[in-house]
Amino acid sequence: MTAPFLIGENMTGGYGAVDILHDCTLAVEPGEIAVIVGPNGAGKSTAMKAVFGMLKLRQGSVKLMGEDITGLTPQARVRKGMGFVPQTHNIFTGMTVEENLEMGAFIRQDDTIRDTMGQIYDLFPILKQKRYQKAGELSGGQRQQVAVGRALMTQPKVQMLDEPTAGVSPIVMDELFDRIIEIARTGISILMVEQNARQALEIADKGYVLVQGRNRYTDTGQALLADPDVRKSFLGG
Amino acid sequence: MDILNALVAFLNFIVVPGLAYGSQLALGALGITLIFSVLRFSNFAHGDTMAFGTAFVILFTWWFQSMGITAGPLPTALLALPLGILVTIAMVLATDRVVYRFYRKQRAKPIIVVIVSTGVMFVMNGLVRLIIGTSEQNFTDGARMMLNPQDFKAWTGLAEPLAIKTTAAISVVAAVICCALLFWFLQRTRTGKSMRAYSDNEDLALLSGINPERVVMITWIIAGALACIAGTLYGLDKSYRGIVYFSLLMPMFAAAVVGGLGSPVGAVVGSFIVAFSELIVTNAWRKIFSYLVPPEWLGDGLYQALSTDYKVAVSFTILIMVLLFRPQGIFGGK
Repeated sequence: MTAPFLIGENMTGGYGAVDILHDCTLAVEPGEIAVIVGPNGAGKSTAMKAVFGMLKLRQGSVKLMGEDITGLTPQARVRKGMGFVPQTHNIFTGMTVEENLEMGAFIRQDDTIRDTMGQIYDLFPILKQKRYQKAGELSGGQRQQVAVGRALMTQPKVQMLDEPTAGVSPIVMDELFDRIIEIARTGISILMVEQNARQALEIADKGYVLVQGRNRYTDTGQALLADPDVRKSFLGG
Repeated sequence: MDILNALVAFLNFIVVPGLAYGSQLALGALGITLIFSVLRFSNFAHGDTMAFGTAFVILFTWWFQSMGITAGPLPTALLALPLGILVTIAMVLATDRVVYRFYRKQRAKPIIVVIVSTGVMFVMNGLVRLIIGTSEQNFTDGARMMLNPQDFKAWTGLAEPLAIKTTAAISVVAAVICCALLFWFLQRTRTGKSMRAYSDNEDLALLSGINPERVVMITWIIAGALACIAGTLYGLDKSYRGIVYFSLLMPMFAAAVVGGLGSPVGAVVGSFIVAFSELIVTNAWRKIFSYLVPPEWLGDGLYQALSTDYKVAVSFTILIMVLLFRPQGIFGGK
């Protein structure tokens, strides 16, 4: 079996003296959607931050395309092709939508930035309408679109999303999930943490159920949805 | 005719000096607000940075004058200004390297850095004393008046003169040019946008690959240049004494806070609010009123709300009122 595209392997670590993650493993392949679900305080966001290098690991490693990137800073990982959308404070509120996207492409030197922006406007048509409006004046769902769009501007190979649907209405949530599927179809790997476990697992190629910083169940999204234990414990029956 | 005379007196005592003083404050307040929004602390050393820059402009002016180089009707200091700006930029960058960077790496709380900047202020103040002394220096040359009061009276036949000092006109023109350049830079260029992004959301700016050290360096360069220009214009228009720049700190901070700390537009608007408030409160209105109402109504008073000695109280009052009732300022800063 070939090495996974991106893998955080046997990650153990935390913010201070106490470990939050215990021997936790997450992996994603190109064009795949991997979803991390689990109860509150399970270390879902922490696990993803660990993959992105925002957390010091005591044990374990993170590998991107076979290359060990455990020692790299988050900024260096962005240059390696990893995009990250934080859960909150994920847009430049005082800048226009278009400027947000431009800032996303800050590290790019090529002259196809306009093309990428066009693709993002195709993906999120509402952003094109509001391109000259300040991002901070948009609705919650639109702000999430700006946040995802900003991260996509770097043309990442892996897009990491920390609860992209937090605080948006169910209709907007469905739409965001549709967009995320579209992004994955272009060959970008998606690794996301989701609170809305059932809907997220429905679109997931791979699901990780974390409990207290450990992998509890790992399977395809459909299999997890069908698993009676997972249903009973985490999906409310 | 009386109304015209009142209007001319109003222009002469309030509008013209207010525009000049407001322009000088604006250039200083812009530096304060930029440093606040990018480096996230109130730079108490800004007044003394202005004094430092101006001291070097004066030295270069004397040097130019000794070589017989002048700018004709304009002050020679304008020729010396670029050199002074370079020295000021070198000074603020060196200060950042030696002092502020250490606290930035430690992620020190803003209040600690404010105290640090007070220390920098004292050092800068001492340096200025060593370099140019404590006494008053007058370095203005060239044509004194752009609009001569006698000429104005002769042309219009009015009793009231209107004078526009060359230095006042230069202040306004320089402020307009600097503001236009600064706003163009912040709104249109990639580097300017990255500065705004960094000020807006530091963590996300890092995730977007924006280099914080570069943003900080550019901020110091701009703030240093603006401080030197503001200080020189103020020195040309009034006169130069190091200690006066320290007392400019209060109106400049009031201006930045009124407009909303972190908002460049706010800093400019706030500066004019502070400048005009000071003039309106400390002006003796008797002369202007005397054209508008019969003399017997006026009595003996000067109609001056506050002696000019107390003008700093005006900015202090504005500062407190804003902090009490609208702490985010007019343009919603931080």
